[in-house]
Amino acid sequence: MLRATLKSLLARKLRLVLSGLAVVLGVMFVSGAFVLTDTLGRSFDAVFSSAYSQTDVGVAAKPKIEMSEMEGEEVQAPFPASVLDEVRSVPGVAKATGTVAADGAQVIGSNGKVLTSFGPPQIGQAWTGEDGLTELREGRGPTADNEIAVNVTVADAAKIKVGDQVRVQTLEPAKPFTLVGIFGYSGGRDSLGGVQEVAFTEKAAQQLLVGETGVYTGITVKADSGVSHTKLRDEIATKLGTGYEVKTGQQLSDEASDSLKEGLAFFNNILLGFAGVALFVGIFLILNTFSIIVAQRTRELALMRAVGASRGQMIGSVLVEAIVIGLLASVLGLGAGVGVGALLAYAFGSLGGGLQMASVGIPLAAVISAFVVGLFVTVIAAVLPALRASRIPPVAAMQDVATPDRPLTKITVAGAVVGAIGGALLGLGLSGNAGDSTLWTILAGVLVTFIGVALLTPLISKPVVALLGRLFSWSVPGKLGRLNSGRNPRRTAITAAALMVGIALVTGVTVILDSAKSSFTSLAENTIDAELVISGTQTGPRPPSFDPAVLDQAAKLPGVQETAGIYWDRAVINGENDGVTAISDVAALTDIYHAKATAGTISSLGDDQMLVDADTAKDKGLSVGQSLTVQTTRGDAKTYTLSGIYEASELYGGFVLPVAAAKDFAVPKPTQAYLKLAPGTTVAQVQPQVEALLANSPEVSVADRATFIDQQTSSLDGVLQMIQILLALAILIAVLGIVNTLALSVLERTRELGLLRAIGLRRAQTMRMVTVEAVVISMFGAILGVVVGSGLGASVVRALKDQGIDDLVLPWAQMGLFVGVAAIVGVVAAVLPAIRAARLDVLRAIAHE
Amino acid sequence: MTATSASDTHVAARASDVWKVYGSGEAQVIALRGVTADFERGRFTAIMGPSGSGKSTLMHCLAGLDAVTRGQVFIGGTQVTGLGDAGLTKLRRDKVGFIFQQFNLLPTLTAQENILLPLSIAGRKADQAWFDTVIETVGLRDRLGHRPSQLSGGQQQRVACARALVARPEVIFADEPTGNLDSRSGAEVLGFLKRSVREYGQTIVMVTHDPVAASYADRVVFLADGQIVSELLDPTPEAVLDTMKRLDVLTVGVAE
Ligand SMILES: Nc1ncnc2c1ncn2[C@@H]1O[C@H](COP(=O)(O)OP(=O)(O)O)[C@@H](O)[C@H]1O
Ligand SMILES: [Mg+2]
Repeated sequence: MLRATLKSLLARKLRLVLSGLAVVLGVMFVSGAFVLTDTLGRSFDAVFSSAYSQTDVGVAAKPKIEMSEMEGEEVQAPFPASVLDEVRSVPGVAKATGTVAADGAQVIGSNGKVLTSFGPPQIGQAWTGEDGLTELREGRGPTADNEIAVNVTVADAAKIKVGDQVRVQTLEPAKPFTLVGIFGYSGGRDSLGGVQEVAFTEKAAQQLLVGETGVYTGITVKADSGVSHTKLRDEIATKLGTGYEVKTGQQLSDEASDSLKEGLAFFNNILLGFAGVALFVGIFLILNTFSIIVAQRTRELALMRAVGASRGQMIGSVLVEAIVIGLLASVLGLGAGVGVGALLAYAFGSLGGGLQMASVGIPLAAVISAFVVGLFVTVIAAVLPALRASRIPPVAAMQDVATPDRPLTKITVAGAVVGAIGGALLGLGLSGNAGDSTLWTILAGVLVTFIGVALLTPLISKPVVALLGRLFSWSVPGKLGRLNSGRNPRRTAITAAALMVGIALVTGVTVILDSAKSSFTSLAENTIDAELVISGTQTGPRPPSFDPAVLDQAAKLPGVQETAGIYWDRAVINGENDGVTAISDVAALTDIYHAKATAGTISSLGDDQMLVDADTAKDKGLSVGQSLTVQTTRGDAKTYTLSGIYEASELYGGFVLPVAAAKDFAVPKPTQAYLKLAPGTTVAQVQPQVEALLANSPEVSVADRATFIDQQTSSLDGVLQMIQILLALAILIAVLGIVNTLALSVLERTRELGLLRAIGLRRAQTMRMVTVEAVVISMFGAILGVVVGSGLGASVVRALKDQGIDDLVLPWAQMGLFVGVAAIVGVVAAVLPAIRAARLDVLRAIAHE
Repeated sequence: MTATSASDTHVAARASDVWKVYGSGEAQVIALRGVTADFERGRFTAIMGPSGSGKSTLMHCLAGLDAVTRGQVFIGGTQVTGLGDAGLTKLRRDKVGFIFQQFNLLPTLTAQENILLPLSIAGRKADQAWFDTVIETVGLRDRLGHRPSQLSGGQQQRVACARALVARPEVIFADEPTGNLDSRSGAEVLGFLKRSVREYGQTIVMVTHDPVAASYADRVVFLADGQIVSELLDPTPEAVLDTMKRLDVLTVGVAE
């Protein structure tokens, strides 16, 4: 029995390959994700264990604001230099070094641009000399406050060499330094995992990175030989008391590595998303293939039944086929996944600035998930066809009947029910009543809706395919092709449904993003009454910023009526984490925003006063006159009186502090500014002068309002690109489906094709006939996808109405493009089957059993 | 009409007042109208009749491939009518062999694998001596590794015969096994079926409309318009042809 199954399986290799390919792709992404995170994870482990190789015990003060990975990076609080002496007095300490280090030292390269980083921090630090880890490659360490040394990665990226004048921006605006040395790390490494490092003298580092002298941000302790690190850690901790975090080097390395790995989960999720789409579409493909195989082999299967095979054995034989395909696909997918994972890891490593890669390994999780996913998907897809196979009556072996066209009632009812459930789930998710599982409810809703639509597709296909077919009915082959595509509504439907999924996804997302863009644009145009905006694009964890002096200088420019600079930080307000802004000129900003007060005054702000928007005030039960304690990233907590509450807008909101508070922000420089021009002044008159003011602030630029709005919405384009890659993948799989369906149809109709050829249909006409069938199917899928996607997108947009998305934009051009692309896809998919149909030997085709 | 002789040891298959109606209303076709017949063990019985007389239908009902509308069917001691799918599957597996007019073999399996298919489906091992005997009888020794597409029509039918025989079923049902063959290949297959009855005591029920084929049987049952109308023992082709001609007149007469 098993043998019979395997043999019939081998006889249809091509079909196996086609239906298995989608599973291969899905498994590839799943296992690729695991291999990527595993390889990167082990690489980071190596980096951190080496970075902390010189640290037996590390001391740091508790950060002023404790943050989760999502909220941002914690900033170490400085502590007085006297702590170093306390640590040194602990018995067992061989050596204790005070360190000053902080993220945010940006070198300005020889091309005048700020060195950016995609991920790894840009560390500024006090030079503590060479040790077992740090090695000077060239020159010497900085000894004067206007000297710096940088690591090789910085020197290479900025194209600077020893002796150059190099500008570096820190807490303070860019200042010139002399580059006196270039350093690397043990083992010939140029950086530790791509981290950019700039070393100053201790005093310069304190001033530029912490904002005050006589303080450290950490202490590195070397233990006497024979002293247990954990014991020493506990003793130092006891000595320093609360307020300090004392950890062993091992602990520090593990924690740093773990928090980076959490960040990697993001990449994992993208790859898993790809896998999900591939597998979901793949299920359609496999289901279709198996259904066709079962239909084609009706007589064979009936014969098996006649000679004594039981229903269970019939189900088993189909499932065994599925398992074999699943296993093969899993193995291939795993192999490809290892390749993709390794490739991405290396791409990531070089993009991140030279992370030394650990050797690529195959984690057990990758293997297990590959086989579980591959087998599960294939078997699930084969269950229905297997059941159908078991219901074939043995008499069918002796009858010449093709499978009769079963009525579509059941499947349509099922589709309506499933579709309704999907819609209900979506509604629940979008209405925000699903609580914590909102995202999952929406995802499940989308998935179930897709399945419901797929079930309804056979019914829809009849009229739509007939209509589409009319486009091609002007020639005989076209007409035959149209009739063929309407011949088996289930098969046409499921093939089209696979294409529908991909196109619906991208259409839906495009609808949402375009609507969001349009809503934001009109909102910004109505809200921001300023002609010029200073801002930059954020690439790392800290926002781009510029010299606060620019604000005053810009305000004094002729033609500038008002300027308002905005500073940003995270803070703890009355014990709760929140964001805060500080405004250089509150009156100007309220004027520019046309903001309205709901209580108190908002057009002025004393040094110990603050503002909040009405929604937050209501949320937290705040009222004017109340005192609030605010701890910003640096400095001490301060108490402010709530002096005004303003009406919130989708564009702005939250707590507003006076500009004096900004000196204790993580970035004590403005990140954005609005310039309102005097009546009669043109943008062209002022913009060049502001540009000149920003010469020393290369991270930002000045733009007119329209350009600014464009820049703000362009981040959405990245999301769209991601989705388009996803679409390409889904389309690729759907093409396989169409090829598969057509190849099988051609095979099935061998006799008929032979007859047509015998009565005079030319080769080219035969090919045209097959191509028309493919184009009709794929255009049907695309139209379905566009309609379903618009529906999904529109319902999400409606649900987001109170988030400020109140324009519904349907991307007509894109949707037309999708249908056009689908037509091309159909032509491409038809190539092989059409050639095959045209090459049929007429005599043999007629004799075909 | 009670199940009087279900346990008669010399009866391999029995139809008792079997009716078969296809469709309903306008499209209703009565394929069998109260057929009662015994098929004895160790005998070669032919069912003859003009096209559309209900031969295939009777065979399908006897073999449990199709359900009867009324009446009862027995195979050996088992009442077929009323069995569920599991019971029917077991019946086909253990007690019945089939030879069809065409599409008898799985195209992906070799001749030998096709022959052993019923046994391997049932999870039974072939009796090697019996297998060899069967292969010798059908003369396929040197063709065992071939696929159906590499065999002639006659060879394919001999493979089908061997497949039916190798499991030693209670009854083998054959529906026009020579219908697609030239007369020489047909004669080979029929001779082979006859030998298996003579020498090994196999029971065979064969449907045919060819008088020459029917003459290989021990007994011929004539079917016309869904009813048994006549029967011949130890037939010659001439006798069969004569009976057929008489029946033609009869049916025409009935039709008028
Ligand atoms: N599946 C079916 N549905 C409807 N009518 C059928 C079916 N099978 C057979 N018949 C009818 O039953 C009658 C007997 O058919 P059959 O047993 O195949 O005849 P024979 O094998 O003697 O040629 C015929 O009139 C035929 O049209
Ligand atoms: Mg017949």
